[in-house]
Amino acid sequence: MILILVLLPACAAVSAYLIHSDRVRRVLLVSVSAAHAALVCWLWIDPAWFPPLGAWLAVDALGQVFLGITSLLFLAVSLSAVSFLKRESGTTRADPEEGFLFDNTPEALFTACLLGFLSTMTLVTTSQHFGLLWVAIEGTTLASAPLIHYHRHHRSLEATWKYLLVCSVGIAFALLGTYFLAASIPAGGLTSMTLSSLVANASRLDTRWLKAGFLLLLVGYGTKMGLAPMHTWLPDAHSEAPSVVSALLSGALLNCAFLAILRILSVTAAAGLGQFGRHTILVFGLVSMAVAAGLIIGQPDYKRMLAYSSVEHMGILAVGVGLGGLGDWAALFHAVNHSLIKASLFLLAGNILAVYGTKRIADVRGALRAVPVTAALWVAGFFAILGAPPFGAFASELAILRAAVESGSWAVVVVFSLLLAAVFAGMITVLVRTAQGAQSVERAPEPALSLVAPLSLLAASAALGIFIPGFLDRALWRAVMLLGV
Amino acid sequence: MGTAGISVLQLALSLVLAPLVPGIANRVKAVVAGRRGQPLLQAYHDIAKLLLKGSVYSRTTTWVFRAGPALGCAAAMVALAVLPWGADASLLSFEGDLILFAGLFGLMRFLTILSALDTGSAFEGMGASREAWFSALAEPALLLALASLAGKAQSLSLAAVLAGPGIGGGRGAAVLLAAGAVFIVFLSENARIPVDDPATHLELTMIHEVMVLDHSGVDLAYIQYGSTLKLWALGGLIVGILRPRTGQWMADCAIGLGGMLCVGIATGALESFIARLRLARVPQLLVAGGAMAALALALSLVR
Amino acid sequence: MTVWVEGFLVVLVLTNLWLLGSSRLLSCIAAVSVQGVLMGLLPLVIRIDAPLWRLLLQAGASLGLKGIIFPILLLRAVRSVDARREVEPLVGYSASLLIGVVLLVVSLYTGLRLPIPGGATPVLLVPAALFTALTGLFVIVGRRSAIVQALAYLAMENGIAAFGMALAEQEPLLVEMGTLLDAFVAVFVMGITIFHINREFDHIDSERLSSLKDTPQ
Repeated sequence: MILILVLLPACAAVSAYLIHSDRVRRVLLVSVSAAHAALVCWLWIDPAWFPPLGAWLAVDALGQVFLGITSLLFLAVSLSAVSFLKRESGTTRADPEEGFLFDNTPEALFTACLLGFLSTMTLVTTSQHFGLLWVAIEGTTLASAPLIHYHRHHRSLEATWKYLLVCSVGIAFALLGTYFLAASIPAGGLTSMTLSSLVANASRLDTRWLKAGFLLLLVGYGTKMGLAPMHTWLPDAHSEAPSVVSALLSGALLNCAFLAILRILSVTAAAGLGQFGRHTILVFGLVSMAVAAGLIIGQPDYKRMLAYSSVEHMGILAVGVGLGGLGDWAALFHAVNHSLIKASLFLLAGNILAVYGTKRIADVRGALRAVPVTAALWVAGFFAILGAPPFGAFASELAILRAAVESGSWAVVVVFSLLLAAVFAGMITVLVRTAQGAQSVERAPEPALSLVAPLSLLAASAALGIFIPGFLDRALWRAVMLLGV
Repeated sequence: MGTAGISVLQLALSLVLAPLVPGIANRVKAVVAGRRGQPLLQAYHDIAKLLLKGSVYSRTTTWVFRAGPALGCAAAMVALAVLPWGADASLLSFEGDLILFAGLFGLMRFLTILSALDTGSAFEGMGASREAWFSALAEPALLLALASLAGKAQSLSLAAVLAGPGIGGGRGAAVLLAAGAVFIVFLSENARIPVDDPATHLELTMIHEVMVLDHSGVDLAYIQYGSTLKLWALGGLIVGILRPRTGQWMADCAIGLGGMLCVGIATGALESFIARLRLARVPQLLVAGGAMAALALALSLVR
Repeated sequence: MTVWVEGFLVVLVLTNLWLLGSSRLLSCIAAVSVQGVLMGLLPLVIRIDAPLWRLLLQAGASLGLKGIIFPILLLRAVRSVDARREVEPLVGYSASLLIGVVLLVVSLYTGLRLPIPGGATPVLLVPAALFTALTGLFVIVGRRSAIVQALAYLAMENGIAAFGMALAEQEPLLVEMGTLLDAFVAVFVMGITIFHINREFDHIDSERLSSLKDTPQ
């Protein structure tokens, strides 16, 4: 059954490439994502129907959480993607910033890559073997590169090339780390590279190889996750890709890389190096937050700003995991909320781009008058991402602060709060400028299909902020158990 | 015959046979190009002819110009005396003569450069600067290659270094790399293609020949003879690195002579089939040689 | 470690020096292709403990992919791009060679000190693997031509795969194939991107791909 989860989108990807009719293809996209989401819901309700496939593919508690959020996000995004494709497919348009004409990628290729992307991400969440995990993450890089290059012009090409090269080099580091991990296994063949086997035999692993492997894996998968200073591909890729793709990249792909880091952390913690691992992750997290805060203030491009906000939130996740205990729970909860909110923000950014025709913040004014519903959601989304109640990010960031206070790391408390405040200052000015004031374009129609997804995602996050359903809470705590001490 | 006798015989053989090697190289080039080419003994005829001529000295030159060629030739002869060739020890072998060997070529180069600068001519100055630049890159390659061999032999004497089993022994890769690096130095020091074309007559493209443009008569004879000695010495070094050793001095001598013949043929063949490198690319070649020598050194230190 | 294995690994190191020092694009492609062939033969040479059919399958797939298909793909990219003109590198060729020698020393130093579990691996394998990976990384950073960067990525992957072979015991066939497949798709996607870059920009100088940046306000 797990294999169906992975293969269904893969087969759909191949069919999407071969189908000629746009309508049929779009129906295929939505129905496959709906089917995938339904299967994942079934998985949550009754995991017994999804037994492990050998030792390599299994859905454990951590995988379940990330798979759930990925699938849900993909469903929401596919709905927006349909309206996006209706608008953009097959047209030759003029670039708003520089005025040249450009084409778009053929829709068949785009849809096929989207579905392939879902397939590889599913494989990441269900993989229990570190080698397979590596293959899957490299697969996500390769499936998403053509997606970034949807608008065929020089800026997106530049973004794609940087993405390809930086992420591939990072993943190569991760491969070396995987080999180092294999080298830490004592000779005798009793331990394989599966997670359960490594955790069970963790006391017999060679700590030197394990430490070096952990660092390499952290740097390698951290590149995909967007931790500074390996984040250089993120702003370009997110700002030049179409908004539906950015939503997926920020909401799902970064989480998959985070999952990979959590997997290696479980092994490291089981081997007694938990403190070393967590401290290293904490440092990366704080650096990411600092870099993001520095580049958000004064950022002229709102999509790039959202991209840096993703870097910041990945930093928050890393800080949460670095603190441990309650911080672990907070990080997982934050991952869920961040995905929901950031995806909805990117989708809204796409709507705003379609209406205003520019990515410059200075040129977007008076959204509340021009596109009221979108702007209302835009305001809500900003408050959500900045950690305001009643949205879920408030609870998770507060929990991280609590974890820091409880563990006595006052330095972390101070730096964390200061950086959050800095980001708040940077982003709230943008919000005020874009939403309020005299409108700079005519009032535009807002198709319902483009609003359904952002609205539902934000509503979900708000609901989570007010009340965490039992099943989610239990699932999160079960996942935390896997992370060890 | 005693060891000293053998060494003297070898030195005599080297001094006599040295001008034959450029002849062999030229003959190979001619054959490949489909010509009949110069007689094999042409170099001897040239040197003899020059010895009978008088020299013309420019008024701008000093005693340095007159002394350079003779001293350089002397240095080359001493280098030949240091190089063990054919048998175990050379006439002047001692611990550390490796450095002396490299140093003598440095001295020769220094004297040639001084003489060239002494003329005050622009062409010769240009040649001198190129020569200095390229040999600055070639020396580390030579020394590193010799160091790698010395490391294996645990001694700084050329006799001990070249007494190893050659390629036949277990350290084949390091030996081959060292020989390759020395071959690149050989091409560079003797102004062979791909570093420099000995047959060119355009001064702007010359490196070595342009430095000796103003010498004439006996001085030019010394220079030409000295350069054949240098060719023989560096070629002999390569042969010494690569050759297997029997115990017999006559067999070793024969193998050595055969090796020099191969060096001559190889030089001629290389000149026929490869084009000369652009001047800007020559440092790349030399650094590559240096890298190979460093690799040889690293390999020999590993075990 | 026998003479053959040592010679093999020395040739592998030489291909890296070749890549570092060559200015011509076709020369770089040749260097990485030879390296790919060597990588394909490496499992057979160092005699990994595995059934023969598996070794042959691995060797055949690796040889075919890295030694034949990748060079063809990249040659196609070169021809379509017509990139014979040299793009001046960020780090000069002689300097690259010298830095290569430094990297060699570093890899030898670290490689000989890493304790590999199981005693059957040749002594020079880990240093050679590390050197290949470091060379690949250095060339990615130091050169501007996008094709050379893609080639250097291949070299880096070769180095890391060679390192994996040093720990030969537990590499399952599926992961090997997966790694190869990933490398293939990566090169394929890179080749297509390079083609697009050339069509768009009329050059493949990645240093000039710099219009996206955070300029201070």
